[in-house]
Amino acid sequence: MAEIMSLPDAVRAYVRDGQMLAFEGFTHLIPHAAAHEVIRQQRRHLTLVRMTPDVIYDQMIGMGCADRLIFSYAGNPGVGLLRRLRDAVENGWPNKLQLVEHSHAAMANAYEAGAANLPMAVLRGYIGAELRAVNDQIKSVRCPFTGEELAAVPALRPDVTVIHALRADRKGNVLIEGILGVQKQAVLAAQHSIITVEELVDDLKAHPNAHPNTVILPHWAVGAVCVVPGGAHPSYAHGYYPRDNASYLEWDKIAADRQGFLDWMEKNVLQASWQDFAGRVAHLRRL
Amino acid sequence: MSDTPFTPDEMMTIAASRVLTSDDVCFVGIGAPSAACNIARLTHAPDITLIYESGTIGTAPEVLPLSIGDGELCETALTTVGVPEMFRYWLQGGHVTIGFLGAAQLDKFGNINTTIIGDYHNPKTRLPGGGGAPEIASQSQKIYITMKQSLRGMVEKIDFFTSFGHGEGGDHRARMGLTTEGPVLLITDLAVWEPHPETKEFTVTSLHPGVSAEQVQENCGWQVRFAENLRQTPPPTDEELTVLRELKARTKAAHEGTRQS
Repeated sequence: MAEIMSLPDAVRAYVRDGQMLAFEGFTHLIPHAAAHEVIRQQRRHLTLVRMTPDVIYDQMIGMGCADRLIFSYAGNPGVGLLRRLRDAVENGWPNKLQLVEHSHAAMANAYEAGAANLPMAVLRGYIGAELRAVNDQIKSVRCPFTGEELAAVPALRPDVTVIHALRADRKGNVLIEGILGVQKQAVLAAQHSIITVEELVDDLKAHPNAHPNTVILPHWAVGAVCVVPGGAHPSYAHGYYPRDNASYLEWDKIAADRQGFLDWMEKNVLQASWQDFAGRVAHLRRL
Repeated sequence: MSDTPFTPDEMMTIAASRVLTSDDVCFVGIGAPSAACNIARLTHAPDITLIYESGTIGTAPEVLPLSIGDGELCETALTTVGVPEMFRYWLQGGHVTIGFLGAAQLDKFGNINTTIIGDYHNPKTRLPGGGGAPEIASQSQKIYITMKQSLRGMVEKIDFFTSFGHGEGGDHRARMGLTTEGPVLLITDLAVWEPHPETKEFTVTSLHPGVSAEQVQENCGWQVRFAENLRQTPPPTDEELTVLRELKARTKAAHEGTRQS
């Protein structure tokens, strides 16, 4: 049941050391403000799940939040590699990171299986792919009807899924439009969810662009709902502000060395709060 | 034809754009494939359907997206679906005619590595990984690959099989139970390559203007085979170059334009 609360309270209420957390958002609506709150509250030994652990997980891994990563593409899209993630994998800094690596198709199927309350997902995947040899979570099953051999992966069931959405009403019904990613599946697959939104409105259906097929997560299917304007930055929120591509380009330099990274995190995360995000998108709203 | 000078990179993008048609439903990889696919759309293939893995179907961006999920892709798309639907219905369902991929490491049978340099458990360089590519490579009807040639990139043996091409060559795909064609074209900054009909080894069929066979060999880590009827790639036309340069200029301005002044 939805409860409208502050982001720091939501993270305190739901996020514990050692949990499996999924922060989803496929380029669009990435919950950066919520990730920063988890970093500030110094949660540790997390299993982080995300199809595309881009800048958001580079920051969490570099700050020592994660022991394990379940993922399918670990890059800064269009820019290059994730330097903090690489440092953890290649040099064990700040700590060793265990990788559980999939393809996008398998991750998407695994979230969907979780949302559908199934133990596993079946796909025609991983044919000739060497990930099968390095990830023991990828198995084969034989179709009982045709005899075809198919790939199987376990359903993803995070303890908490964290997403950013466009808006919610006062009951906590949540609306997502634009690039949808796997957020609906990831929320429904999880025990609990924390959802940050750009704004609270009286009536979601009264919005000028309201559409009968809009993706709505009903208030009884979500957990904490927190108003955090700009909470996706440098990712974007459809209709609110565009992707801050310049910040993604700059991240490559910030993350290049450990001290530069730590200095940036101190100033922009540890000494900042969720309320700073609104200011970070102010110049983008005009574009 | 044009007398305007052009770079090998521009020749690569334009040569790659020419192989696409208005009938194609193309799953677009980020980077070099994205530029080529959009040049095709802006020149000779206006009705091509471009799909990015973020779920945008039939997208027509004004500027090249930096990521596979820039807002521009959604705003100009025919429709946008969720990622599970993208991979399950549209890709696994068999609707994609061309998967257009880039590669960090490639072998002569079109097998691709974008996962790791060195040993998986003790890597020299951790690359981003496969993303959508393992299933794009097996489920698209055909695969086109585009990449810049280098000794580091085109190697006798790749460090990791991220995406299966023709495996060990010959009928290896069929033996794996794959019914799709796999890699049928490789477009580099120096040449166009096609797999030998039987061995499936990539063979140079066309050299870009001003490029010698020696140059192709010097920038490739395996012993290169050349077709008997080696052709020359037609140089970029004025229209192709203009469209490409304008697209690149718009893209650069847009990506840097979000910087806070």
